[in-house]
Amino acid sequence: MKGLSVSKAVTALMLAGLVLLPLYSYLSGNIFILTLFTRIVILAMAAASLNLIMGFGGMMSFGHAAYLGIGGYAVGMLAQEGIGSGFIQFPVALAASAVYALVIGALSLRTRGVYFIMITLAFAQMAYYVASGLARYGGDDGLTVYKRSDFHGLINLSDRTQFYYLCLACLFGVIFLIWRIVNSRFGLVVQGLRSNEQRMQAIGFPAKRYKLVCFVISGMMCGLAGALLANNTDFVSPAVMYWTRSGDLMVMVILGGMGTLFGPVMGAVVYLLLEEFLSQITEYWALIMGPLLLLIVLFGRGGIMGLLGRVGRG
Amino acid sequence: MLLVVEQFLNGLQFGLLLFLLAAGLTLVFGIMDLVNLAHGSLYMIGAYFAATFAAWTGSFLLGALMALGATLILGIVLEMSALRHLYGRDHLDHVLATFGLILFFNEAVRLIWGPAGLALPLPPWLTVPVPILPGIQYPAYRLAIIIVALLVALLLYLGVMRTRIGMLIRAGASNREMIGALGINIKLLYTLVFGLGAALAGLAGLMQAPILTVQIGMGENILILAFVIIVIGGIGSIRGAFLAAIFVGMIDTLGRAFLPNLLRQVLSGAAASTAAPALSSMLIYLLMAIVLVVRPEGLFPANRR
Repeated sequence: MKGLSVSKAVTALMLAGLVLLPLYSYLSGNIFILTLFTRIVILAMAAASLNLIMGFGGMMSFGHAAYLGIGGYAVGMLAQEGIGSGFIQFPVALAASAVYALVIGALSLRTRGVYFIMITLAFAQMAYYVASGLARYGGDDGLTVYKRSDFHGLINLSDRTQFYYLCLACLFGVIFLIWRIVNSRFGLVVQGLRSNEQRMQAIGFPAKRYKLVCFVISGMMCGLAGALLANNTDFVSPAVMYWTRSGDLMVMVILGGMGTLFGPVMGAVVYLLLEEFLSQITEYWALIMGPLLLLIVLFGRGGIMGLLGRVGRG
Repeated sequence: MLLVVEQFLNGLQFGLLLFLLAAGLTLVFGIMDLVNLAHGSLYMIGAYFAATFAAWTGSFLLGALMALGATLILGIVLEMSALRHLYGRDHLDHVLATFGLILFFNEAVRLIWGPAGLALPLPPWLTVPVPILPGIQYPAYRLAIIIVALLVALLLYLGVMRTRIGMLIRAGASNREMIGALGINIKLLYTLVFGLGAALAGLAGLMQAPILTVQIGMGENILILAFVIIVIGGIGSIRGAFLAAIFVGMIDTLGRAFLPNLLRQVLSGAAASTAAPALSSMLIYLLMAIVLVVRPEGLFPANRR
């Protein structure tokens, strides 16, 4: 019980920090930190969405970055065509991610294990090459988003603080939704499928349909992150979908603690801050980051959340 | 006609090169059940070693041989220091750990050799065109790659299927404990298999080096191709890897060579020239998706499990 409370305390501290960050940025005059954390919050959302299928559903998608790209391109392409309203851009981003996830999921869920990892990767690579071929929308060079999504005065995405809080609200919304899903009857079935698919099927649950719905929800959440990311960087390019980006997301989830509610957020914060911190010390930051990941795998089972749990138990 | 034969041979050459990479990967993956994303890094390092040693010794062949040995040693060190602790762990742990190794190796290469790429010049006797058919010539070096890769494939097949060590390796793949109980040093065996896989990756890298620029990150693109191949071929199956590699090499090369013209027949010029590169890059992924949808275990699943 004490172990649980340490990880809970650290999580609460982290969340309070995220909420109060703009205040710190304002008081210290450090604008950069707000920009950095906007990115962290958005990628934490993507990691959380991956965790929904990976941690709770046992589906290891190695192509999750594709949704970042699809959400981003939905915003970028509509903006390019003169449709700047966020009330159109965001629903389109969600719908596009859902359709992609539905098709990919229906095909990929025929396989399992390493084959599933590889087929999701293959589809993401296809999306990468499709985006590279979009000459009208920048092709390889990517697409500049000249104007951020317009929410008709409701919220101004060009205002750093407002945009940050929008992203944070979306992150909390996504995590709340995941919490509701995981604890619902639907979520329990999906988790049951992870432990023993045959048994669940024998009881009479249509396994693939449950997994597919979960896969689509996860894709839409990541698509939302993609739409926000395009607004954050004012730019979207095929590189967002490259397989190493999917690897980054996976690292965040595993680093923070797979199958825990706040683990992926923790993982994203730690991974991206570490990257930022190390790159300030040395140009060769990856020289430290790489072995660090290896050590975490070797000695830190269960990620940061697992570590905190063990510290608590003493 | 000339173009078709040449592209056909190019496809074969690329496919055989991919086989070297995929064979090492499928040995490690199929036998030790280790998902090694850093396999592409060994390919990259093989190329860097070759370029460096060739410049030192002034001899292409000597440099290549030294690079091969160095990659073998690096593989053995890597297995003993880090990867052997990962056996029996979850595939995800492998992905994370070896993803970390990719970061490390890319950065280490940048630190040692700098951010600019290297070139590995060929000796004159390998640059001459060789007549292969009346009126058709083919570069000697590409021909050499085909011959070396075919030789390696043959040796690998004989080694795994016909020797005692090969038998132990195959037995270890099915049941690790049993082989250990029979008094075989399974740890050493695994280290050797990993070293062999690393050397194969290094060989692929050093042979590709004179054709491409030796640069950071060169392993990542081709690693994915190697994974595609072992998944299409069936994990753990050397024969599957061989056939799938040639298939993928052909499709990729022929697609890039002929797809633009084919598309131009049906689409307008501008549309065809934008769609063709994307489509030809996608072809093999499309192929893999189709194979997995139809045969979820790959085309030639290893006959175990």
